[in-house]
Amino acid sequence: MSWLNQILQGVLLGGYYALLACGLSFMFGVMRIINLAHGSLTVVAAYGVFLLADRLEWHPFVGMLVAIPAMALLGWVLHRLVLERSARAGELVPILATFGLAVVIDNSLFSGFGADTRSLAPYVDSLAYDGLEVGPLTFGHLSLLTFAVAVLLLGGLHLMLAHTGLGRRIRAVADDPATAQLVGVNALKVNAAAAAIAMGTVAIAGTFLAMRATVDPYAGAPQLIFAFEAVMIGGVGSLWGTLIGGVALGVAQSLGAQVHSQGFLIAGHILFLLVLGGRLWLAGRPLSLALLRGR
Amino acid sequence: MSLLNVDRLEAKHGLLTAVRGVSLQIEAGERIALVGANGAGKTTFLRTLAGIHPAASGTVSLDGQDITHISAHGRAAAGIALVPEGRCLFASMSVADNLRVATSAGRSGEWNLETVLAAFPQLKPKWNAAAGSLSGGQQQAVAIGRALMTNPRVLLLDEVSLGLSPIAVQGVYDSLAGLMASRVAIVLVEQDLHRTFQVADRIVCLLEGAVVAAGRTSEMSREKVMDHYFGHKSARQTSEAS
Repeated sequence: MSWLNQILQGVLLGGYYALLACGLSFMFGVMRIINLAHGSLTVVAAYGVFLLADRLEWHPFVGMLVAIPAMALLGWVLHRLVLERSARAGELVPILATFGLAVVIDNSLFSGFGADTRSLAPYVDSLAYDGLEVGPLTFGHLSLLTFAVAVLLLGGLHLMLAHTGLGRRIRAVADDPATAQLVGVNALKVNAAAAAIAMGTVAIAGTFLAMRATVDPYAGAPQLIFAFEAVMIGGVGSLWGTLIGGVALGVAQSLGAQVHSQGFLIAGHILFLLVLGGRLWLAGRPLSLALLRGR
Repeated sequence: MSLLNVDRLEAKHGLLTAVRGVSLQIEAGERIALVGANGAGKTTFLRTLAGIHPAASGTVSLDGQDITHISAHGRAAAGIALVPEGRCLFASMSVADNLRVATSAGRSGEWNLETVLAAFPQLKPKWNAAAGSLSGGQQQAVAIGRALMTNPRVLLLDEVSLGLSPIAVQGVYDSLAGLMASRVAIVLVEQDLHRTFQVADRIVCLLEGAVVAAGRTSEMSREKVMDHYFGHKSARQTSEAS
């Protein structure tokens, strides 16, 4: 039964990965930009909420409500100052620009906060460790909440994209930015809005990261890798695919840890490589390529 | 004052000049057909008017206002709409969403979801279907309907019959009949000269990016247009001059 519990823990962990990967997937799906600063920006949000909790004694969920618009504003500024300008120079330039941004963020955090780890766990009382026992299965309250928030966030984004004017404009720009402009859509504004939304989700992910674990100035890189793996496993640009990818990654890591004490990370990486290899193999076959493109 | 005034417009693809000093005045409600062989610069000219291809020199004015350096979405808001060659629908979006997104131009007028559906009744049963799943004729109807949803003053139609069956082409032109009678100015690129003579008030013939002939349809003959279309006229004039 411990295997079943491990799978359950993996599924719940996948909720966090989906939450983390949501912004990365959204930004790539709309703007075709791989934001290598995604993990570092998640840590920035975590530090921001930590500061509000530590200095002003705000509950982390209240701090998160402040961090969401603050990060959204940062996303808008990031788009105007970095992403939009670098995207004009070619597809690879935003990757280099966001990589550079990640280095600057990590070292700035180190300069400002030192190497000490921080966590929001002390500020959420028993939520950090309480759980529900159902037979041999353990449902951690925080893990359940994380999963529920991930599903709500992805569902909310899905509804926004499907049923609102902004959602239609975002989908049109993601599909064909030049044609979207022909029908009156300001693609730059839509991209800026998409960057703001993506960074809003990063604020949520950062808060949950700091509640479930400790963060340090260089915690961004592993978070970026997990988010990237979840996106790649679930399908680039697909919101529900991100949830599936996150869950698959979480289950693989959880089962890997059950097999071997070092297996947590390795199992996740192996799953990622298998899926990536499979996608590349399928893409190399003309018929499969045609099927993938829906023709 | 003309509704749309194009003055010595030039557009390039890299080092290649695709549109060479084209000047054109278009009145409200006028229907102008651009004809010319492949590579004559017709599509580049329309894309430059719509703002998705930059002008190298020259000016484009709408109602006296210089819009040469206004973005494509700004021109849509000003009243210029392009139905691009190949339709360029948002394939994964429904027919309804393809039409609705065009309200982003923010122009009010006679065209809305109801009037577009009345003009293209074949779209009713496909309302919630993905645009990419439709037949060629239906996709063209969506592309034209989407442009109409911006309530344009100038409608640019680039090869609306390309790749369609004769029945589908007839359907598209039947649907356009009401529009042709309205005050919307239309610039049409069409390879079918017979149809061009039927629908256009004026014909402008392009060759290697430049206007080589222009005149009222009633004053032009198919033979004359064909001569200019393939450059025979220019060739004859050149040989006579030498």
